[in-house]
Amino acid sequence: MTTVATARHPYIEALLQSYEMPRSGISWLNARRSAALERANSLAVPTTRDEDWRFTDISPLTKLHFQPAAEASRLSLADLSHYFIGEAAGRLVFVDGLFAPDLSATDDLPAGVQVSNLAEGLKHHGALIEPHLARHVPFNDNLFVALNTCYLRDGALVRIAKDLVHAAPVHLLFVSTRPEIAAYPRCLVIAETGSGCTVVEDYVGLTDGVYVNNAVTEIAVAANARVKHVRLQHESEGSFHIANCGVSLARDAAYASHTVTLGARMSRHDLNVVQQGEGAAARIDGLALISGRQLADTHTLLDHAKPNGKSVQLHKCIVGGAAHAVFNGKVLVREGAQLTDSAQESRNLLLSSRAHVDTKPQLEIFADDVKCSHGATVGQLDTEQVFYLKSRGLSEARARSLLTYAFGAEIIDRIPIPSLVARLERIVLDQTQSAS
Amino acid sequence: MIKADAKVLLEVRNLSATVAGVEILKGIDLTVRAGEVHAIMGPNGSGKSTLAKALVGHPAYTVSGGEVLFEGKDLFAIAPEERSRAGLFLGFQYPVEIAGVSNSAFLRLIYNTVQGARGKDELDPLEFDDFVREKMKLLDMDPNFLDRSVNDGFSGGEKKRNEILQMALLEPKLAILDETDSGLDIDALRTVAGSVNRLMTPDNAVVLVTHYQRLLNYIVPDYVHVMEGGKIIKTGGKALAEELETRGYDWVVEEYRRQESRPGSPAYAEMHL
Repeated sequence: MTTVATARHPYIEALLQSYEMPRSGISWLNARRSAALERANSLAVPTTRDEDWRFTDISPLTKLHFQPAAEASRLSLADLSHYFIGEAAGRLVFVDGLFAPDLSATDDLPAGVQVSNLAEGLKHHGALIEPHLARHVPFNDNLFVALNTCYLRDGALVRIAKDLVHAAPVHLLFVSTRPEIAAYPRCLVIAETGSGCTVVEDYVGLTDGVYVNNAVTEIAVAANARVKHVRLQHESEGSFHIANCGVSLARDAAYASHTVTLGARMSRHDLNVVQQGEGAAARIDGLALISGRQLADTHTLLDHAKPNGKSVQLHKCIVGGAAHAVFNGKVLVREGAQLTDSAQESRNLLLSSRAHVDTKPQLEIFADDVKCSHGATVGQLDTEQVFYLKSRGLSEARARSLLTYAFGAEIIDRIPIPSLVARLERIVLDQTQSAS
Repeated sequence: MIKADAKVLLEVRNLSATVAGVEILKGIDLTVRAGEVHAIMGPNGSGKSTLAKALVGHPAYTVSGGEVLFEGKDLFAIAPEERSRAGLFLGFQYPVEIAGVSNSAFLRLIYNTVQGARGKDELDPLEFDDFVREKMKLLDMDPNFLDRSVNDGFSGGEKKRNEILQMALLEPKLAILDETDSGLDIDALRTVAGSVNRLMTPDNAVVLVTHYQRLLNYIVPDYVHVMEGGKIIKTGGKALAEELETRGYDWVVEEYRRQESRPGSPAYAEMHL
C-alpha cells in the first residue's frame, strides 16, 4: 500500500480540494497535519491489487466525494438517551464529527480523570498530548489515517492519571445524522502508569442516507496500566466506516478489546496492538454480524516486540444473506520476544449459501522459545443442535436464531458492562431472527 | 397399567424407515395406550433407536412405508416441533451440547413455547426459576446446572437427568426414553426412574428403549418387545425381560427364525416362490 501515485486520484482530489489548514497556534500539531496532508496527496487509493485490500473493493466509496459537516445537527438529550450507558461516568458525544457539549456529560469526574474534547484538552494539556497524538497510528503508509490526521480538528480525549483506577466506563458516542457527510472521528486514550479505565467507542447512524466515517483511535497504555476497550459499530445500512486503531502497551500493561461490528454497507477495521514493553498482555475479541449485501473487513496485528508477552484473540463472524466478512489476523513475534504466549482463533458461521467469508490467520515468529497457536473454522449451524431444539417444540426459525445468537454470545457476554451486554443481546437476537 | 378400554395414544402400522438409503425398519407394528409402559429391547443395531428417531422426525431418517397415528392423527403430517407441542417427547440417547445457551433460558423457552402452543399460561423468569428448581430437587440435580450452557460439559448421567427434567417440564402424553439408563450409576438410575414413575398418570404412556433389563427393575413395563433386524419379533410381559437377562437374545431370534421358516409363514413363502 506504499505505492506512490503519479497523479492524484479524483477521490483524494475531491476530498482535499476545499482543505484549509486550521489557524491553530500549536506548531507541533500543524507540523503533523502538514506531514499528513503531504502523505494524503502522495498515497494511492488502495485497490484489490493491494494485499491488504485483496477482498475489499472500496471503489463504491471512492466514487463519493463528501465533505465534513460545517455545523452540527440539533439533537436533544431525549433523542439519544436510549444509547446512553447507565453505568458510565463521563460521556462525550459527537454529531456528524462535531463535538456536542450539550449532549456530553463530563461533570463530577474524580480528579485525575480527564474526559474532554481534544480541542479543549490541547488548550491546557498540550504537553501531555504531544507525545501521543498521531504517534500510535502512523499515517505514512495509510491513506485513511493520513486523511483523518490532516483533517484533525477535534476528537475525544480520555486521560487517567498515574495509579488511578476509573472503574466506571467512559462513553464516546459518535452519531451520524446527515447524508453526504464525511466525518473524521478521532480518539486519544492515555492511561498513565498503574492506572485503569474502560472506554466505550460507540458509532451509531440515525440517517438512512449515505455517509462516511473515517475514524482513528490511539490508545497509550503505560507500565502496569489496564485499559478495557469496547468498540461498537452500528452505522446505518448505506454508510461506510473505516477505522484504524493503534494500541501501544508498555511493560506489564494489559489491554482488552471487545469489538462488535453490526452496521455499515462496507466497514474496515484495522487494529494494531504493539507490545513495546515486557510482560504485556492483550485480549482481542471480535464479532461481526452481517447480512444482506454488507461487507465487514477486520485486520488485526498483534506485535510481540518484547519478551514474556501474552495475547489471546477470538474473532467470530456470523454472515447471512449475500454478505461478505473478511478477517486477516497477524501475530508477529519479533526476534528476542522470547516466552511469548499467543493463541488466535477465527471462527465463522455462514447462514446462507450466498454468504462468504475470507479468513486468514497468520503467524510470523522470529523467536525460538515461544508458545503460539492459531486456527480457523468456517461452518454452518449444526443440524443435530437444530433438531434437538425442534424436538423440544421450537420452530426451525427460532432454533436457528437461538443457535446463531449463542455463537455470538461468547463474545458479547465477555463485555464488562451489563447494560451494554443486554442492549447487544437484544440487537443480535433481532438481527439473527431476520438473518436466518 | 393395562386397561383394554384406555385411549390409544400411538398406533404404528407396518412402519419402515431408511437411513442413508439403507432400510433399517422393516415393518413395525406397535400400539401404545394411555397408562401403559412399554419396553423395547434388542441387541445393538436391531433398529430400536431408529424407531425412536423416526417417530420424532429426525431428518436423517426417512419413512419409507407404513403409517403412524398419534391420538388418531397422522404423525408424519406434522413437523417435529409440532409433534413435541402435541405431546410426543424423545429423551435422547446422546443429548447434544449447546454452548452459549444457558440451560435456564433454554428450559424456560421450551416450557413457555409448548405451554403457549397448548393454550396454557407462560411463566416469567422469576416464576419459572421457582418452578424449575422444584422439579430439579426431585431429580436430585444441583441448581448450578441452570447457569451452565445446555448439556455443555455435563457428564453422561447429568445429561440424562437434564433430559428427564425436560420431560417433567413438557409433560408429554407419550415419552420415548432412548437408553436413558446408559451412563447412570445405580443411585442415579433409581432417582431418574423414580422421577419417571412420578410423571406417569393414567393419561400418559412411556416407551423405554433399552439394551438391559436393569432399568425395568425400577420402571416396571406392561409390555416387553424384542426387536431384531428392524422388526418386533416377540412381545411379552415383564417376565420376558427377566428371561432375556438370563438367557440373552439368541434364543428369541432362533425361535423367530424357526417360526418364520414354517410353511405358511410370509418368510417361507418368499423363500419358496
